[in-house]
Amino acid sequence: MTEAFEILFTASFWVAAIRIASPLIFATMGELICERAGVLNLGIEGIMVAGAFSGWFTVYMGGDLWTGVLVAALTGAMFGLLHGFLTVPLGLSQHVTGIGITLLASSLTYFTYRILLPEVTSPPKIEPFQPFAVPVLSDIPVLGPALFNQTPLTYLAYLSVAVVAFMLYRTPVGVAVRAVGENPSAVEAQGISVTAVRIGAVMAGSALMAIGGAFLTMSAFNSFFFEMINGRGWIAIALVVFGSWRPGKALIGAILFAAFDAYQVRLQQITGGVIPYQIFLMMPFVLSIVALVVVARRATYPKALMIPYQKGER
Amino acid sequence: MGNAERPEAETVLRLSGITKRFGPLIANDAISLSLKRGEVVALLGENGAGKTTLMNILFGHYTADEGQIEVFGTALPPGDPRAALAAGIGMVHQHFTLADQMSVLENIVLGTRALWSLNLGKSAARQKIRKLATDYGLEVDPDRMITELSVGERQRVEILKALYREARILILDEPTAVLTPMETEALFATLRKLVAAGLSVIFISHKLGEVQSVSDRVVVLRGGKLAGERRTTEATRRELAELMVGGQLPVNEIGPSSPGATIFELKGVSTRTMGGAALKQVSMQLRGGEITGLAGISGNGQAALAALIAGTLEAREGDIIVHGETARHWSPRAALDKGLGRIPEDRHATGMIGDMSVSENVISEAYRSPRFSRFGFLDWKAAADFARDIIKAYDVKCPSPEARVRLLSGGNMQKLILGRALDGNPDIILASQPTRGLDVGAVAYVHARLIEARDRGAAVLLISEDLDEIQTLSDRILVIHRGQLSKPSERGELTVMELGELMAGHGLDEGVTHAA
Repeated sequence: MTEAFEILFTASFWVAAIRIASPLIFATMGELICERAGVLNLGIEGIMVAGAFSGWFTVYMGGDLWTGVLVAALTGAMFGLLHGFLTVPLGLSQHVTGIGITLLASSLTYFTYRILLPEVTSPPKIEPFQPFAVPVLSDIPVLGPALFNQTPLTYLAYLSVAVVAFMLYRTPVGVAVRAVGENPSAVEAQGISVTAVRIGAVMAGSALMAIGGAFLTMSAFNSFFFEMINGRGWIAIALVVFGSWRPGKALIGAILFAAFDAYQVRLQQITGGVIPYQIFLMMPFVLSIVALVVVARRATYPKALMIPYQKGER
Repeated sequence: MGNAERPEAETVLRLSGITKRFGPLIANDAISLSLKRGEVVALLGENGAGKTTLMNILFGHYTADEGQIEVFGTALPPGDPRAALAAGIGMVHQHFTLADQMSVLENIVLGTRALWSLNLGKSAARQKIRKLATDYGLEVDPDRMITELSVGERQRVEILKALYREARILILDEPTAVLTPMETEALFATLRKLVAAGLSVIFISHKLGEVQSVSDRVVVLRGGKLAGERRTTEATRRELAELMVGGQLPVNEIGPSSPGATIFELKGVSTRTMGGAALKQVSMQLRGGEITGLAGISGNGQAALAALIAGTLEAREGDIIVHGETARHWSPRAALDKGLGRIPEDRHATGMIGDMSVSENVISEAYRSPRFSRFGFLDWKAAADFARDIIKAYDVKCPSPEARVRLLSGGNMQKLILGRALDGNPDIILASQPTRGLDVGAVAYVHARLIEARDRGAAVLLISEDLDEIQTLSDRILVIHRGQLSKPSERGELTVMELGELMAGHGLDEGVTHAA
């Protein structure tokens, strides 16, 4: 079994883990912002699909890679605006609306794909983001290449965690976002619009989710194909809970999950078919359920999560 | 208490002809009111008199249908809390508007800085808060989380929020409802300091004693209209009460009790937590023909005790003894079978089912009895007859037994619960907050029925956060603090202040869980 253990010390394993973690980090930060503002965003899965396609398609049509990222973010923000409008001023059920957004965003994406690219059989390719080795830092053994020989989008993912954490805890707008998820009337009483803060947070969060989707088509792979999000949005929702709605903890959760995922692929190769591969596929999910049971029971969730706020009601 | 006696004091706030309708209901009917610099005006009135509506209009939560508001001589744009804040109005709501899992400091600075500024200015804010706190007796650590604070401290944070924004006019909506007597005294001391510093205060209350001790002038509202206005020093308590109620204040005569045998007893009972403290080794006896009052600050185990007696919360240890027999399996049904009449704390959540009819609700505890069911089928005629009996006997204003309970007012709903609980003359009556949110008339009615039940020999446990109510009705008083009970005291044995000390946990520290 030493082989199974040695995997943990190979650079390639950690490179893969961080690569798998990157889209999850974006998606988790996005969901975290939404939920901190009191809005559950189950549209995440669909928004990631839409982001994956719109970013990729922009580049496919000749756009710059960063323009693609921007287009993905805007696409996400638009779906966020829709989700926010339905759940905040209209106060509709966040569950139902979110699932609706997921269905709408993914179907609309497939539909658009077929309309725009009717004749293709094999998925067309783009030139994706290339790894960029950060000087000095990438020379650290094992962790150096894993953390600092990645594509720029991965660095953007790290940055998103820092920015989200800084915004939430160190700036007035972050305090307003957290307060609106705890007790909207506290925000109203201080003269800030609950609707504006919540919709703004959902839009910003949805933009991050969409960038997470775009990571897959523009960094991890180089083409768009159906089912590529493959439940990553749902995992992000679990990661937010796992991280007790804190950016740092959620980041650790995303990396742990990705590490399990990378690990199981390598374990499959070692055991050489003795154990059915489905068992390994299951492993990250089983572990995340176990982790949720252990960690999330004590988590203090935002008090006003999923509770619509109507002005004038008490 | 302020300097409003001086004629030159400027008028800081003027409401003129404020009218607000909610559908057919006129919540405020052409109300005018003015406030001077350094003055405390008490806004007195029963629940539903329109006090809170009026203040919500002032603060911009609602928009008035008619009328103007002038602050420091300038018209206030309606329906905009931001404008009210900017004009120097600070409001301390009855239900605190604090984000619980955030620090005191974050709650206070929320909305005071440009939203997109890159820092919170924490150290300057901390200094300012500390200064305000020492100046006005509002001590609270700016870096603590709201969840860690007591109710009194949370209220201080609310006041600090207003002062931090340089409020000149402070509105306090029923500020003492949740405070212990000591906290109330401290609040009044703070108000005196604020007024001395030139602030003006509107103090909303329905408690006459407080109004008299804190205000310069009393404005009385009744049924949405201005019922009268008096200088506090020139008005008698009785006069104010009559203005508030619109007639004679109903008075209940309560005679001496004649306690009988112990009907219900707890021996060393502990529970898990339930919306507040858990019970720890609690022992108590309820005797027939006696009202036992349980005083305490909300969240100290009252909910657990009520749930335990009603059978919805299990005892982890200890015995429940009814009529001298230890109850083996105590459950809601066992409790009802043993003759428990239950008036639950929250009539909407656990008392009645709003979307079901009056008939359905009144038989919800007794639907199994042969009176209402035959071979497992409900006898709706019997249910409707029973509902009609209660409606008549308890003077419930309600269109028919088929009416949905949601449409009833709080007082009428409570009468319905009372009728259901007292039907069949139960031996044990558990009354949790039986008069919360009711107007004076309904309160007197509920009290009269509880006294009646006592006089026919029932053991009544009255759980209330209203010390006046506890002191008026109880033959014996227990105080609960962090899930432990004080020794019982007889009627009139302890003063309000002494009870307040017990409620704050002083004198219970030695772990005196009485064994009487």
